[in-house]
Amino acid sequence: MDTQELKHLQNKAKEIRQLTIQEIGNLGLGHIGGSLSIVDILTLLYYKMMENIDPLDPRKEGRDKLVLSKGHAGPALYSVLADKGYFPKEWLMTLNQGGTNLPSHCDMNRTPGVDFTTGSLGQGSSAAAGIALAEKFKNSGATTYLIIGDGESQEGQIWEMGMFAAQYKLDNLITFMDYNKLQIDGTTSEVIDLEDIVQKWNGFGWFVQRVDGHDIEVLEEAVLKAKAQSEKPSIIICDTIKAKGFSPAQGLQSSHHMAFSKEVAQKALDDLLAE
Amino acid sequence: MKDITSYTDLRAIYTDTLIDLGKSDERILVMEADLMSASGTKPFKEANPTRLINCGVAEANMVGVASGLSSQGFIPFVNTFGCFATRRAYDQFFLSANYARQNVKLVGTDPGVTATYNGGTHMPFCDAALTRVIPDLVVVEPGDGYSLHHLLKAVYEHKGSVYMRLQRKGNPIVHSKDTKFELGKGIVVQDGSDVTLIATGALMLSQAIEAAKELAKENIKAAVIDMHTIKPLDEELTLAYAKKTGAIVTCENAQMIGGLGGAVSEFLSGTAPTIVRRVGVQDLFGEVGQLDYLIDRFELTPEHIVQEAKKAISLK
Repeated sequence: MDTQELKHLQNKAKEIRQLTIQEIGNLGLGHIGGSLSIVDILTLLYYKMMENIDPLDPRKEGRDKLVLSKGHAGPALYSVLADKGYFPKEWLMTLNQGGTNLPSHCDMNRTPGVDFTTGSLGQGSSAAAGIALAEKFKNSGATTYLIIGDGESQEGQIWEMGMFAAQYKLDNLITFMDYNKLQIDGTTSEVIDLEDIVQKWNGFGWFVQRVDGHDIEVLEEAVLKAKAQSEKPSIIICDTIKAKGFSPAQGLQSSHHMAFSKEVAQKALDDLLAE
Repeated sequence: MKDITSYTDLRAIYTDTLIDLGKSDERILVMEADLMSASGTKPFKEANPTRLINCGVAEANMVGVASGLSSQGFIPFVNTFGCFATRRAYDQFFLSANYARQNVKLVGTDPGVTATYNGGTHMPFCDAALTRVIPDLVVVEPGDGYSLHHLLKAVYEHKGSVYMRLQRKGNPIVHSKDTKFELGKGIVVQDGSDVTLIATGALMLSQAIEAAKELAKENIKAAVIDMHTIKPLDEELTLAYAKKTGAIVTCENAQMIGGLGGAVSEFLSGTAPTIVRRVGVQDLFGEVGQLDYLIDRFELTPEHIVQEAKKAISLK
């Protein structure tokens, strides 16, 4: 990636953060923390890596897909999809309102561009494995991307899927774990420790990398290495900061789902632009 | 495939029908959670080596993977014991398959007392009730070999998820090769004017037919309906026989709360209040035993149906 492209993607990530703060800020409460921690991953995927995607044909055959298994981070994905033109940006101001197409958790039947319905943690992982297996049957060459949370990794279904994807050699499945180390009731190490997370996934027979989840250049290298793997599913453990770019609560446990006023949102937007 | 009457077990009809359907449609997949030997689907694997996906002992993941496969156009038939299909993977079936509007055919084997020696831990009494509350889901339990063969085709053609209760063993023949089967349409097996026995599933349909014979000896004319689709209930037929006979007995190899008896009662209470007596498991857990013992233990015998039929008639 050249400097110009990197700069472009970094700026894009900043725009997505702005949109997400506005989107949740307009409602006055929401999952700001886990939305903002995955923005750099989403930006790299939707503006660089994902192939054959078309905002005018959201269900295009043979496209790369993304399953956001931590479905509560939907608002970040919605910002990306709106910016890409899957639907009008005005929709972002309808988040969680009655009759909206943008519910708190991802819904493939309501939101153009959402590839699978998620919300009950762990479930998107198996759906993504099913999608990857379907692509194998079709011999499409498409990649399925999956984003899971760290708290979500306490769900047994994640590990059931882990064994399954290794058994079926789903090398077209690339998973990101958003490791911001905070969950609703505390740090992951206080609640149920996930370490040694690299060792765990290695033990499950996956190709494992651990990177800075906010460094787009490093993330790209990791994705390219993952794509080059054969016969093994990949996971990229992304060290991230919860609510990254939201100055009032960056890195705070309280950011998982929080209420904040329009003034606080404006202050956050000002701080973000000044960065 | 062979003549339906020549099969000794329903599970072989299930597998052979899927093999037949799978010949012309490569979207059909079979999924197992380490119970392929019990489901009897090994011949499908032999015919289609890559299209039987064994997920190991991980039912939640299996239903999730099935949902993902469905989202890409495949039609997965997902098999495991009914207790695991519903209790174990309920949230996955509810959300990933149904809320996400996928086309997952979940088949819970060994319904109710047919789990016999596997006992209380494996005895699905509650699966009918659990699945019936899932919006738009079709819940079906074939009454014999013909029913299974034809309804399985209908399940395949239906666009949307389905839960099928499937008794694996035995092949009681009630219908004929000319019987027409349609999801959501009950079948009048025999007509009658005094009481209607509405049964679902192979075990209870046979029990109801036996009960009708006993009632006939006492000059009580019982109609017998095979209500193979528990949801959506055939309201038209239910209403017609409620009006015609004025007394109904539902017969199901499941927890009577929330199952077929529940469905019939809920419907009739608001349309044509009619006496409905329910034969089914009465708020109990399962236990081990031989089939005959369990049928008696949980009061699913023709004698119990006769008793309830008389009670229903006396309350008219």
